[in-house]
Amino acid sequence: MTQDFVLSLAQAVAKGLLTGMVYGLMALGLSVIFGVMRVVNFAHGEMMVVGMYLAWAAFEYGQINPLFSLPVIALIFFGLGYALQRGLIQPFINRPEHQQFLLLLAVATLIVNGCLAIVGPDSLGIQLDSQFDSYELGPFVFDAVRVHAAVAAIVISLLLWLFFTRTRIGKAIRAAADNHMGALVVGLDVRRLYAITFGIGAACVGAAGALMITIVPVTPFLAAEYTLLAFVIVIVGGLGSMSGALLGGLLIGVSEAVAGLLGQPSLKSMFSFGLLIVVLLLRPQGLLGRKDSR
Amino acid sequence: MTNRTKFTRRTFGRAVAGATLLSAPMPLRYGFAQSPANLKVALLLPTSGGQAQIGQACRRGAEVANLVLADMKLPVKLEVVNYDTETKPDVARTQAEKAIEAGAHVLVGAFDSGQTIAIAQVAEQKGVPLIVNIAAAPPITESGYKFIVRNFPTAPMLINGAFALHKEIFAAAKTTPKTAVLLSLNDTFGTAMMGGIKALLPKANMPYEIIETISYDAAAKDLSVEVAKAKATKADMLMPVCRLNDAKLMIQELVKQRWEPMIVMNPGSPGLYEQDFLKTMGKYGEFHISNVPWLDPKSAMTGSLEKHHLEKFPKDQLDLNGGFTFEAMLIAAQAWLSAKSTKPDALMAALKGLKIDQHVMIGGPIQFDAKGQNVGIVAAAIQNIKRKPSVVMPKASAEAELVFPMPGWNDKRRV
Repeated sequence: MTQDFVLSLAQAVAKGLLTGMVYGLMALGLSVIFGVMRVVNFAHGEMMVVGMYLAWAAFEYGQINPLFSLPVIALIFFGLGYALQRGLIQPFINRPEHQQFLLLLAVATLIVNGCLAIVGPDSLGIQLDSQFDSYELGPFVFDAVRVHAAVAAIVISLLLWLFFTRTRIGKAIRAAADNHMGALVVGLDVRRLYAITFGIGAACVGAAGALMITIVPVTPFLAAEYTLLAFVIVIVGGLGSMSGALLGGLLIGVSEAVAGLLGQPSLKSMFSFGLLIVVLLLRPQGLLGRKDSR
Repeated sequence: MTNRTKFTRRTFGRAVAGATLLSAPMPLRYGFAQSPANLKVALLLPTSGGQAQIGQACRRGAEVANLVLADMKLPVKLEVVNYDTETKPDVARTQAEKAIEAGAHVLVGAFDSGQTIAIAQVAEQKGVPLIVNIAAAPPITESGYKFIVRNFPTAPMLINGAFALHKEIFAAAKTTPKTAVLLSLNDTFGTAMMGGIKALLPKANMPYEIIETISYDAAAKDLSVEVAKAKATKADMLMPVCRLNDAKLMIQELVKQRWEPMIVMNPGSPGLYEQDFLKTMGKYGEFHISNVPWLDPKSAMTGSLEKHHLEKFPKDQLDLNGGFTFEAMLIAAQAWLSAKSTKPDALMAALKGLKIDQHVMIGGPIQFDAKGQNVGIVAAAIQNIKRKPSVVMPKASAEAELVFPMPGWNDKRRV
């Protein structure tokens, strides 16, 4: 193995980790919602695309860097997620899973078509000076935009962890997730907790969208791709597990980057799905998932 | 009974109108003569989706066609009906069927080889002539279709033209790269180009060796791995076969990964000379070379096309996309003038027999061989200089001095 190759491999792993952090943040929302409510959000990628459009609009019309519009977008998404859960999803909580699936698929279709009607099918991107910048650390070169996005993703994940472990509402949500009946018995307002959870999940997706627009341009057709990617990540990491979503994101990011280096880059998605199949065969609940999550 | 010989006010009015028409300036007379349209042309282009910007650049060439034809005193008017293929072959096929049902006499399109092949199948089934404006995959004219002509080089023609220009460029610069890496998208066009380069390189006796070929998905959102892999080869030259969006991603990655090859020179693909590329890449878009057919600055028709394009689209650059799409309109117009009919067989016979000496792209007369291919198109080397794609080779058509090797990303010559 030559020194050049080792360096390229290390560089690919580093790049994969940076991208994987954003992937992890995106999947975190899906995992949080499922972990607490046992509802699979099939409109996840579509919500992410809306987040990307909002960040694009803030940049295009207000010259606001997505890193600065991110908190506002996350807040908007929290409100929308809260309202969506209270108004539309709550009545479906105890209904059969196929009905939940169809409901969220309908929401996804509405979002994509809404985007098409409002902004059209063309890809829209933003042009930041940092998109041409990179940081040098010894022999390694790190893409500035990815570093910024990864740092933001780490900060958001930390805040989320603090929320779930240090605040009363966070602890109550975890209690409701662990024992729904018990939570009702002790007098927790589970409906409200579910709405907050959906709001938090949506806020994560919105924030991930704001970060992702700095890396790739957006079109409405990206939505299905991101939904699928989020599912691959949470299934690999463990559906319902926050740390699993982050680990899954990192693994998929690294596997894509390394696979691209070792084989033909155009085949890199094949490795993500290969990893998914291996995990499903050997550990169906995911790497950090619990058996009852299946 | 009225006196027919009496000179009434009405007669006077008619006489004045007739005299005015006869004494009108020539363009006005041509304008009158051209109404209503003689030929209904369906223009099928990807004006939305991944290739939207290029599709729209093509459409602009068609939108000024009637004005240029009038300038050139060609007594014909085209009714151009636009159809969006949405950058998808299946949509291209559906739109072609729709256009024919709506009564199109001729189809023109479709910039992308995959979409063009889908349209060609419909044109062949329905027996309606298809004039290919841009699409390089050889099967388009190698599949035995009877209702197709292509006024664009095939992938092997592009590659051979590029190889010849490469040698001229190296000789002029007195610098020769020894190694190259080919970075190509893997759609119909990219695959044809990669296959062609591999097949033709050994015969072309080129001074460089292609040490790595890397392909990527046409819908790629990130080319960091691909560029990292190309950088790792330490090749002197990067040869990208790309389109607009991936060209931008590629150059962004080159800058970020601080890879400065001797030159980025495409062997006959779009991407690097596009207006949106030049605008968004800024100084990093400078000095890249494209080996492609280009507008002949010495043709009177090019002058007229440039004038009307500038008047109608002052913010948009006229490039080969607009040039070739205009030429497709010119070909349709000349075919109608020759056939004096809108019947498909008559138009097709006229297309096969055409010889158009005056046109806008560099090269000999527009003429089609038995397969429907124009073999007289000549490639030029276009280098991005001061945000403008400028002809640097062949010397006879050069409008700017060649800059080779390209300056580094932070070089002062990049402004």
